[in-house]
Amino acid sequence: MSWTGKILRVNLSKGTCESEPLNMEWAKQYLGQRGLATKYLVEETDPKVDPLSPGNKMIMATGPLTGTIAPTGGRYSVVTKGALTGAIACSNSGGFFGAELKNAGWDMIIFEGKSDKPVYLNVVNEKAELLDAGHLWGKSVWETEDMIRESGGDNDVRIASIGKAGENQLLLACIVNDKDRAAGRSGVGAVMGSKNLKAVCLRGTLGVKVRDGMEFMQATNAARKILADNAVTGEGLPTYGTQVLMNVINESGALPTRNSGDVQFEGASKIGGEAMHEIRKSDGKANLVSNSACFSCPISCARISQIDPEHFTVKGKPKYQKPSGGLEYESAWSLGAATGVDDLEALTYCNFVCNEQGFDPISFGSTVAAAMEMYESGKITDKETGGIALKFGSTEALVQIIEATAMGEGFGLDIGMGSKRLCDKYDNPEASMTVKGQEFPAYDPRGIQGMGLAYATSNRGACHLRGYTVASEVLGIPEKTDPLVTDGKAGLVKAFQDATAAVDSSGTCVFTTFALTLDDIAPQIAAACEGDWTADKLVEIGERIWNMERQYNLDAGFTGKDDMLPKRLLKDAAKTGPAKGLTSGLDKMLPEYYELRGWSADGVPSDDTKNRLAL
Amino acid sequence: MEKVLLMDAKACTGCMQCEMACSYQTEGAFNPSKSRIKVFEFKEQSLFVPYTCTQCAEAWCMKVCPVDAISVDDNTGAKIVSNDVCVGCKVCTIACPFGTINYNADTGKVLKCDLCGGDPACVKICPTTALSFVEAGKEGLGKMREWAAKTEASLQTTQS
Repeated sequence: MSWTGKILRVNLSKGTCESEPLNMEWAKQYLGQRGLATKYLVEETDPKVDPLSPGNKMIMATGPLTGTIAPTGGRYSVVTKGALTGAIACSNSGGFFGAELKNAGWDMIIFEGKSDKPVYLNVVNEKAELLDAGHLWGKSVWETEDMIRESGGDNDVRIASIGKAGENQLLLACIVNDKDRAAGRSGVGAVMGSKNLKAVCLRGTLGVKVRDGMEFMQATNAARKILADNAVTGEGLPTYGTQVLMNVINESGALPTRNSGDVQFEGASKIGGEAMHEIRKSDGKANLVSNSACFSCPISCARISQIDPEHFTVKGKPKYQKPSGGLEYESAWSLGAATGVDDLEALTYCNFVCNEQGFDPISFGSTVAAAMEMYESGKITDKETGGIALKFGSTEALVQIIEATAMGEGFGLDIGMGSKRLCDKYDNPEASMTVKGQEFPAYDPRGIQGMGLAYATSNRGACHLRGYTVASEVLGIPEKTDPLVTDGKAGLVKAFQDATAAVDSSGTCVFTTFALTLDDIAPQIAAACEGDWTADKLVEIGERIWNMERQYNLDAGFTGKDDMLPKRLLKDAAKTGPAKGLTSGLDKMLPEYYELRGWSADGVPSDDTKNRLAL
Repeated sequence: MEKVLLMDAKACTGCMQCEMACSYQTEGAFNPSKSRIKVFEFKEQSLFVPYTCTQCAEAWCMKVCPVDAISVDDNTGAKIVSNDVCVGCKVCTIACPFGTINYNADTGKVLKCDLCGGDPACVKICPTTALSFVEAGKEGLGKMREWAAKTEASLQTTQS
């Protein structure tokens, strides 16, 4: 308790599904989910393996609080070597899939090898089998879920699958569960596609037990109250979702616009959370239908949107006219501000398509932004794009290129490689807004200095969720720091990275940390699990995980030189807003960060550090 | 004073915390498949609908039980199953028009909502107003208030 103590090992080459005990020594050191699955990957695979080869493994992992009543206790992670990055990948998703896995009696599923034909894994509690997926290959995520559900006759199953993007091994492919929740980043969907694994279908009815029920209810009730009383988790996120940030970040001068050419977007108010609430003149309805929750989540930040049926993107296409997963801040930014497009309905349509065929809107939008820059500068022409006029701000071009990417056709295949490979291919590497091959999310490091260091040092490539210093620098959580200065940011980034690694290993959502500290999370784990769990111990586990991931990347061939931002952010100053005249001060933060981490001047964990963390 | 469990689908976000609170109350484990309250998702309508036993005044489950295992809790009005008496014949599951009493194969008994003795765990955990426990006879007050507000608003518009 509250691990099930069981791993399902699926060998796709041999077609076998076997149960084995969870390594409880490792569970005590790495907690679960992100940390524990990464430990398994590190121990079982060669860091230099080709991510899309049978030698790579893919792990779907829950945390000890997954499947419990702990607020947001429904998370699961996909851990593998990232197809997009070649670095350690850990993509985290909500919805209901993770809790179902735990309820079926499994802490994690390890997929190894490669099937010689398309298959899907069907799990009903202890029974697991690989079934033919020939009839599902070529189908979208949405179709796949419907077809599996109908064929099995059990409406309560939970499904994660890849769409065409994963089948085509596009490097920005993700794994989508519950139709619109995704393990989105680093190309984990391409890894699944490379294994000929179309879907995982789960039904679990065994229940999840905790060590001390009374203590657990008290600890989770206390956390629930803090979340309800907090302005961000109790009000902002339920009302506006993560889209509450669009206008806030734009005003901070940190909204990367037109491939980071600008830091403020004149169309931000048209694509943000408030705009989703506005009644459309066309049909008298708002874009936003309602909010919805992931398993066990009292916050309910997820958006359900419905596109104006007369909008050109969906006219005559009934499947896109129904309510479905709407824009989050990241997708609204990447599809919108990054490309200069301010048509909320079109962005919502693009988001639907990303969910439908399973690819990451952050990487997609950011890659399109780089392509638009190259189109405008003449590096690529209509000849390459197949006649799509990829100009910044063109809604039509965005819609055309997302459809081509979804179908794996024409220039869409180039976009599917991600920004780094695209810009290398067309001899314009400086246009790629990436770190370690992964596209930036929605915060400009010139306007939020800590995020520059967070991106540069993120183990899975540029990412906001590895160390979200925005919380401190913009929102004042847990305390306000000045976003425009570099002083103190090395320590801030390290603290956020370590705490987040622990939360990502617990089975709960990092969004709780807008309100909860590790002092609120530790008692929940302590009540659920055997062992001694304190906030200090969680920080230590987080730091251990961070260093383990770092070492994996070093062994994979990365060096300190890869802790680098694109030149644009280091040389070209922000043109407007509070950060006007500023570039990223990465060089001022990085040496201090290495020192605080106990790493050498070129970014390698010292023996002392490894020994201290029992690595 | 008898109280009634009120379910408002419009406010439900589908988080399933009610199902976990319910299953913990009865099973000691978090197990939605053993919950006596269920949240149904109608994805294409963007709707989550919580549903459980509404404690019929004329309870057919109770009337058909051949061993009188179902009785009325005098304090709450809930129809409760005595596990000591229940023989698992499942006739109540046939009689119930709403499907809110179900057989539990693990125990050989039937499961239905007993209002937790007057303090329903699902209501306590619900993060929205989707579940509430209100005085009998006042179930409709919230809806009446909503309509009253709408009428008031339309009157204002008409008059202005």
